[in-house]
Amino acid sequence: MVTFDKKGNPIIETEAIIPYQSVLGPTWFRFFEGLKEEKIYGTKCQKCRRVLVPARAFCPRCFLDMEEWVKVPSEGEILAWVYTNYEYFGMPTKPPFITAIIRLDGTDTGFLHLIGGFDLSDVEKVRTRVKDGARVQAVWRKEKQGHVMDIEYFRPL
Amino acid sequence: MEKHFHVREHEVWLPYRFSVGPVFHRFYQGLKEGKILGNRCPKCGKVLVPPRSFCPDCYVDMTDWVETAQEGELVSWVLGRKEFFGMPMDPPFIGALIRLDRTDCNFLHLVGGFDLDQKENLKKLRTGIRVKAVWRDDKKGHFLDIQYFQPI
Amino acid sequence: MGRAVAVIGTGQTRHGMRSEVTYPDLIREAVLAAFQDAGITPDDIDGVVSGTMPSMMEGVALTHFYFADALRSVGKPILKTETCGSTGVSLAITGYYWVASGLADVVLVVGSEKMHEGDSQATMTTVAEPLYQRFFISGAPGAFGMQSKLWLQRYNVPEDKARDAAAKVSVDHHKSGLLNPYAHIRKEYSMEDVKNAPVIVYPVRLLDVCPNSDGACAVIMACEEKAKKICSKPAWIKGVGYAGEEYWIGDSDKVVWESAVKSASEAYKMAGISNPRQELDVAEIYNPFTFQELLYYECFGFCDFGTACDYTLKGTFARGGELPCDPSGGVLCTNPIGATGLIRCAEAALQVSGKAGERQIEGAELALAHAMGGIIQFNGVMILGSKL
Repeated sequence: MVTFDKKGNPIIETEAIIPYQSVLGPTWFRFFEGLKEEKIYGTKCQKCRRVLVPARAFCPRCFLDMEEWVKVPSEGEILAWVYTNYEYFGMPTKPPFITAIIRLDGTDTGFLHLIGGFDLSDVEKVRTRVKDGARVQAVWRKEKQGHVMDIEYFRPL
Repeated sequence: MEKHFHVREHEVWLPYRFSVGPVFHRFYQGLKEGKILGNRCPKCGKVLVPPRSFCPDCYVDMTDWVETAQEGELVSWVLGRKEFFGMPMDPPFIGALIRLDRTDCNFLHLVGGFDLDQKENLKKLRTGIRVKAVWRDDKKGHFLDIQYFQPI
Repeated sequence: MGRAVAVIGTGQTRHGMRSEVTYPDLIREAVLAAFQDAGITPDDIDGVVSGTMPSMMEGVALTHFYFADALRSVGKPILKTETCGSTGVSLAITGYYWVASGLADVVLVVGSEKMHEGDSQATMTTVAEPLYQRFFISGAPGAFGMQSKLWLQRYNVPEDKARDAAAKVSVDHHKSGLLNPYAHIRKEYSMEDVKNAPVIVYPVRLLDVCPNSDGACAVIMACEEKAKKICSKPAWIKGVGYAGEEYWIGDSDKVVWESAVKSASEAYKMAGISNPRQELDVAEIYNPFTFQELLYYECFGFCDFGTACDYTLKGTFARGGELPCDPSGGVLCTNPIGATGLIRCAEAALQVSGKAGERQIEGAELALAHAMGGIIQFNGVMILGSKL
């Protein structure tokens, strides 16, 4: 019941596990179905003409419905990347991994995803392989679930 | 006709290490010894159980510890039947507010010791009836070392 | 515009690992200290503002219910605000609005956190929705790491220069922490210690980041009439600003960081400040990451974009420099997230009222307090001054 921490103070250790069912809605559903077919969809705003990805229900700046769907190239350039080698409890992606903001060709926003396809164990080696501005291409998983991780990672070209 | 929506099921799973603090720690130790401990405010004289680190009315440290009675009056109660995810107690159970003798607040715990499915038993529960703590044999320093309060 | 409002008292706990007390006891420690500092009693309070980071941090939802006794808020109106990291400044701004509106004369504002009771990165990641961003946000360090890299690229700042400037920030702030009796980390480090510390999220290393701290801060605000009666040296709230960007991290420019620039410029406008580096005497900046602090110097107009590293290496923002930043040791020394932004306001108030003890910057009359919240999404700024 009561245990003691490293300072010798009484504590109670426990976990909270809370289940959720997040509704996808039509926009996410269509985007995720696209991923199953190795297609990345964005939407184009009728007013500001920006192409945003993932596809959105509405343009955050103009606040208008985004009804024009475009198939976005699965290639682009790295705007910024970070190498993560620490773990927090319940982390969905296991370290080491590289997160990057990627500007997919023809889009007007940064797409968050992973960089991979090579040995990630040594940060110094990683720094030689991954450069800001590098061209990258999506590599797909064989088994798809209609999930953002159906793209396994983006590989530097 | 039922409408079906696409959902993504997921969980939030978080670990905790709650600081018990000296007051609750002493209270738990009392439970392990089969005692219910409360404390008294040096200013207003109220006896509160479970014990507090400070008096909520006077805002001063509560310093005088007392061993309270294990009997008292039933103030109010509710029968819980419905189950929800991760519930700490399995239904059916009766949550109750009990005024232990010579204390100045209501103590939240369980009422039991009889078949909860028998309506005649439930009919005997009324504000003002006397109840008494029934303990487990194997105590762990937990609120549920008291199994329930039984009507006497 | 509303009435003039001043901070008339502050209280802080000893921040650090406080597993010997329960959460409400920690709150009470700060609240008692604030009442003592202000010289008033709980009966004088018209309303209470309370807040924390997402309360799943400690596993109790809507903690202001749990804290009712510790806050002395029973029977009083209470407002709750949670904006993750910027909670502390949001709390201060909420208290300010309440008194400035005329609907309360004296308000108690309390921010708190008990980070050792949970997992901070796991909790913070729940700010990201579960369909997309949650998979890629490697906690706070990940987002800030990416932002820092975007900034370095945009202005062609050599990585070595940035590394040195960030290390200097860490060294200076840890040294200041030694002068602050409330600080969590009170240890001195060298440039070499910082540059060789273990990597968390490259280029961010262990000594570039804040600790997980338990702590609470209480601030009492009063209207002009009451402040002048009760307090010999009120710290007047001269300006406030708060702004945020779109939710999706890739949608906005995080280098010329809109919410940081806007929150500061709004506060400056209200306070009548046109040349912040010259006119401000102290800046308590929200700085859980050294690299990000450098970007704040630029977004707040302390120097031109791309030049923060140069000014930092010259010592402009150190204790003896033109604009000392975080003389309290800042967030690098102490970070109980729900309290941190409010601690910035409290420290700024202490500086302009000459009550900052050993960490006092001589002659400080105008100070900036700031906090950031969400996944690099929101920023809030408050300006405090000794003159009405």
